[in-house]
Amino acid sequence: MEIGLNHYLVLSTILFAIGLVGVMRRKNLLLLFFATEILLNAVNIAFAAISHYYGDMTGQMFAFFIIAVAASEVAVGLGLLIVWYKRHGSIDLDVLTTMKG
Amino acid sequence: MFEAVAFYLFAFLTITMFIITVTTSQALYALTALAAGMIFISAFFFILGADFLGAIQIIVYTGAVMALYAFGMMFFDTTRSVKEKQGNKFIITGLSTLAAVLVVLIVGAPMVSNNIVALYPTIDGMGNVQNVGLILFTKYLVPFELAAVMLLVAMVAGIVLAGKKMDRSITLTNDAELEIEKNKKVLS
Repeated sequence: MEIGLNHYLVLSTILFAIGLVGVMRRKNLLLLFFATEILLNAVNIAFAAISHYYGDMTGQMFAFFIIAVAASEVAVGLGLLIVWYKRHGSIDLDVLTTMKG
Repeated sequence: MFEAVAFYLFAFLTITMFIITVTTSQALYALTALAAGMIFISAFFFILGADFLGAIQIIVYTGAVMALYAFGMMFFDTTRSVKEKQGNKFIITGLSTLAAVLVVLIVGAPMVSNNIVALYPTIDGMGNVQNVGLILFTKYLVPFELAAVMLLVAMVAGIVLAGKKMDRSITLTNDAELEIEKNKKVLS
């Protein structure tokens, strides 16, 4: 019953697949952002597990920078989303197809 | 034994929460389930001995990011249920599986070669926070400063983007007033 690196990698893969399903089936942009957060967190678990099982700090450092990137992505993305909602009254992906030829 | 029980318990909880997040039609349920999943993920970091990362996960994700989403949702009409994309189910499932297998290959490839040595090994007799501080402020100092600048830029961008026309409401003004304003803008 020893938990090894592979357990964590399989868990990370399952979470990543859930996030991908979310990205593909969601139409609401806010919920698409949620799915993106799931993707980032799944990768973070893998980084932390590798960092632990190899006795190396680099994995944790990368996890920190991923968290920083996620935080700034949310700030800018929500700002853009609010601007879009004020202009069009909807954040569905279908409304964004304004560049049809 | 204790570690195995904790791992399986939190794995089950995390997967359940994230499945709720991607399948529910209520935006508020998705937000709550995502926040719970973030907390459960921090448990993995604590099991793995990355205490500082776990604390940062709770503070940044459930404290800052989720609060930001909660405030952002006040701007949007989230009371109605979310419509789903009507795509081909088989294509979606196949693409997800393919991408997941690819990720496993990418992550698992170094283990097959089995000749990895730690670039910045952890120092015994020092806590996790001390190790993090030592490496973050020596080897990763420049990326750290760049991340600080990036967060500042993101903050300014968020204020500039969301702060425009904060004084007028988009839900309380009726359509007639909006029409008048639009005409004014066209004329001027």
